[in-house]
Amino acid sequence: MRTLNLKINNQAFTVEAEMDTPLLWVLRDHLNLVGTKFGCGIGQCGACTVHVEGNAMRSCLIQVSQAEGMNITTIEGLSENGDHPVQEAWKEVDVPQCGYCQSGQIMTASAFLDKNSNPSDAEIRNAMHGNICRCASYNSIEEAVKVAANKIK
Amino acid sequence: MKSSKQIQFSRRSFLKSSALASGGMLIGFNLFNACKPDAKVPVDISQINFNDFNAFIKISKEGKVTIFSPNPEIGQGVKTSMPMLIAEELDVLWDDVYVQQGALDTKNFKNQIAGGSQSIRQNWEPLRQTGATAKQMLINAAAVKWGVSPSECTAKQGVITNSKGETLGYGDVVLEAATMEIPENVTLKDPKDFTIIGKGTSNVDIDGIITGKPLFGLDYKEEGMLYASVLRPPAFGQVLESFDATAAKAIPGVIDVITIGEKARNFLSKGYVSWTAILSGTDKVVVIAKTTWDAIKGKKAIKAVWKDETPLESTEFHNKTLLDLLDGNTFKTMRSDGDINKSFAEADTVLERTYESSFLPHNTMEPMNFFANVSEEKIHLVGPTQTPEEVSKGVAVLLDRNVEDIHVEMTRMGGGFGRRLYSDFALEAAEISNAIKKPIKMVSTREDDMTTGVYRPATKYRIKASVKNGELTGYQLKEAAINGNMYGLIPNFFPAGAITNYQVDVANYKSNITTGAWRAPYTNFLASAEQSFFDELAETMGVDRVQLHLDLLEKVKQNPDPKIEYSPERLQGVIKLAVEKSNWGTTEEGVYQGFSVYYCHNSHVAEVADIVMKNGLPEVKKVTVAVDCGIVVNPLGAKNQVAGGVIDGIGHVMFGELTFNDGIPQSTNFDKYHLIRMGQTPKVDIHFVDSDIAPTGLGEPTLPPVGAAVANAIHKATGQRLTKQPYINHIKVEKILG
Repeated sequence: MRTLNLKINNQAFTVEAEMDTPLLWVLRDHLNLVGTKFGCGIGQCGACTVHVEGNAMRSCLIQVSQAEGMNITTIEGLSENGDHPVQEAWKEVDVPQCGYCQSGQIMTASAFLDKNSNPSDAEIRNAMHGNICRCASYNSIEEAVKVAANKIK
Repeated sequence: MKSSKQIQFSRRSFLKSSALASGGMLIGFNLFNACKPDAKVPVDISQINFNDFNAFIKISKEGKVTIFSPNPEIGQGVKTSMPMLIAEELDVLWDDVYVQQGALDTKNFKNQIAGGSQSIRQNWEPLRQTGATAKQMLINAAAVKWGVSPSECTAKQGVITNSKGETLGYGDVVLEAATMEIPENVTLKDPKDFTIIGKGTSNVDIDGIITGKPLFGLDYKEEGMLYASVLRPPAFGQVLESFDATAAKAIPGVIDVITIGEKARNFLSKGYVSWTAILSGTDKVVVIAKTTWDAIKGKKAIKAVWKDETPLESTEFHNKTLLDLLDGNTFKTMRSDGDINKSFAEADTVLERTYESSFLPHNTMEPMNFFANVSEEKIHLVGPTQTPEEVSKGVAVLLDRNVEDIHVEMTRMGGGFGRRLYSDFALEAAEISNAIKKPIKMVSTREDDMTTGVYRPATKYRIKASVKNGELTGYQLKEAAINGNMYGLIPNFFPAGAITNYQVDVANYKSNITTGAWRAPYTNFLASAEQSFFDELAETMGVDRVQLHLDLLEKVKQNPDPKIEYSPERLQGVIKLAVEKSNWGTTEEGVYQGFSVYYCHNSHVAEVADIVMKNGLPEVKKVTVAVDCGIVVNPLGAKNQVAGGVIDGIGHVMFGELTFNDGIPQSTNFDKYHLIRMGQTPKVDIHFVDSDIAPTGLGEPTLPPVGAAVANAIHKATGQRLTKQPYINHIKVEKILG
């Protein structure tokens, strides 16, 4: 067990955890930030996507010790009032069905649009390919990313 | 507006109102059993405890409306669309409506279930009656206040107006309305006057979903709660012999390692308890830990020895067994018209094909999990379940407790697809908490979820048709399935009634692999088989495949068959709409189209898939869907259900496969199980038939037809007939023509 200092959503946290604990479980079980979801545990589905230094990363593959000192953003910290352009677009298009994968989808889309605010259809499909939606809301996700891009532009 | 004739109910039996101490009016009503005559009416309204009701509307003094819905939300959107039905007839602004998942317990609520695409269909009239009755009571209260006749008053958007032009808000008369006699006859709106039904309405949980609020079972926590990870036998047919937990117990955070199974065996010895109680009676090793990760790590460290109890089955064995069944004579006939053997004997041409499918796991994004807190006084259960009442009933038998001591709460669910109809995970959670007398959350990993599932059974169909003088004279469908067969209504789906000599025969093999309902049970593969067969049949007959369907349906119209489930007119309607919207037959070069049409879950659907060939493999670019599900209650949610069903269907017919080797599932996680992803996703072009008929199912019916639409398009591109799923394993790259 070790004491770790984490910077999440612009807040400092101290947690006691084993070094090899995935960031995902520290967020969910230690810090009660349950918006980051567990889907597969092997980086295949994208439900646990968070931003690490602005990049979309799979929190199930990051050991908490590697996350020390990094700026981490979770869905809870993406915006103050749920009004990030990507969140607004998700709402406008009414993307979710069951909704479970959507925080991961939103985190992937927001990191992507930060780097490319004028993406082509192919770039959007490529960027979102790693996030599984079992309800298959893919058409709506694609549309919402475009709506968000227009808001950001 | 046609009203549904089968719904016979007395409004008194399903509605009750009361003034709230806090001000406002509470109306109790019943979802799902509104038409049952046995709901008890309390004699004295002041003594009402609403125990006979399972859903509520609260209207505050300010005129705000809260609708409590106790029924499960699995992504099908009923938490939004069902309250819309009430709000429409109550005639309030949707912005003034707040929907809340009711606090649930089996002591106070009844009939809480989600499944079978039936929520909207069965509640279309009762929920609107509920809203309309409440509105009439508000009008009656206003009329008394004004000293005028209710017939001189109208109500719209929460405001009641009399003939002099005076107005009162709903909130101004709720207390009086609550004491009014419940009117027996209310008039429902003409569909052309709808302002909420038919208007795209956002998911009521959208704000919580996009900001990461704790909505799901896996998010639920209580003070002092521990986490439990369960080690189950790796192979179907195996049981625990012994285990060594030394290494697991040495992991910091691991609190205890126990076994469960005794209660489950006792449960199984009692015979039938519930159709949802799919439970294994073997001992399982459970690691109890402070966090989920500690529990998962602890489980990995257990050294267990397993022994074979029943034969370990492999996919090769299943394939042989099912083909033997198709070749054999152990069938049960589910429907037989005319003389099928005579039609084959006299035929000019006979076409026979066999279609094969795999087991499929559900793979809900949220793995199975459940919270249980079993104490001497009570049992508290919380989690994602489609059948909370069955959970309660099952746990009562499992732990030999009174059902009255069991309190069940439902969370939003990270997908269902049928998996959460079953109670195994909730029963395990209860047995664990009972053993350690502490609150626990049982959490499955993805591997647990995929390898200890309740799978879509592997099924094979053999279809044989006879043609005489250019006419389709006979059609025989044989089914061989693992663990049970198609349900009784399916033999009355199309083409029943359209062909003089028609027979449906079923046979099955009892396996130790657990199987159950998977989105559109049975039809999800049957539609692929039948509609692929019809494509080849039309080719064999030298007729147009679309015209063949239209002609057969014309015959049904001329010789109506009271047993058939579908409407030939409505099937013709969706065929024509899909043909028109897809530009059937006139696509650009390099685009190949496949057609399919199917009826199930009371809805009629036709689909055209457009594919292109890329690097020797088909890419589905677009699917045009024509749906007749009656009135579309929430176009936004409906669009999501249709597109989701189509894409989910394509993903599974193209890639979905779970094989077994000596009882062990060979896919364990998403690296070895291919779920469809955005890059493989076509555009779904959705068209609803304009209708004023009462709504029918939508969560499932767009999935079954798409497999054949894709297979038929691939045939057009390559000349190859695909009969085995998943198609990706069987596409012959060298056969490409285009």
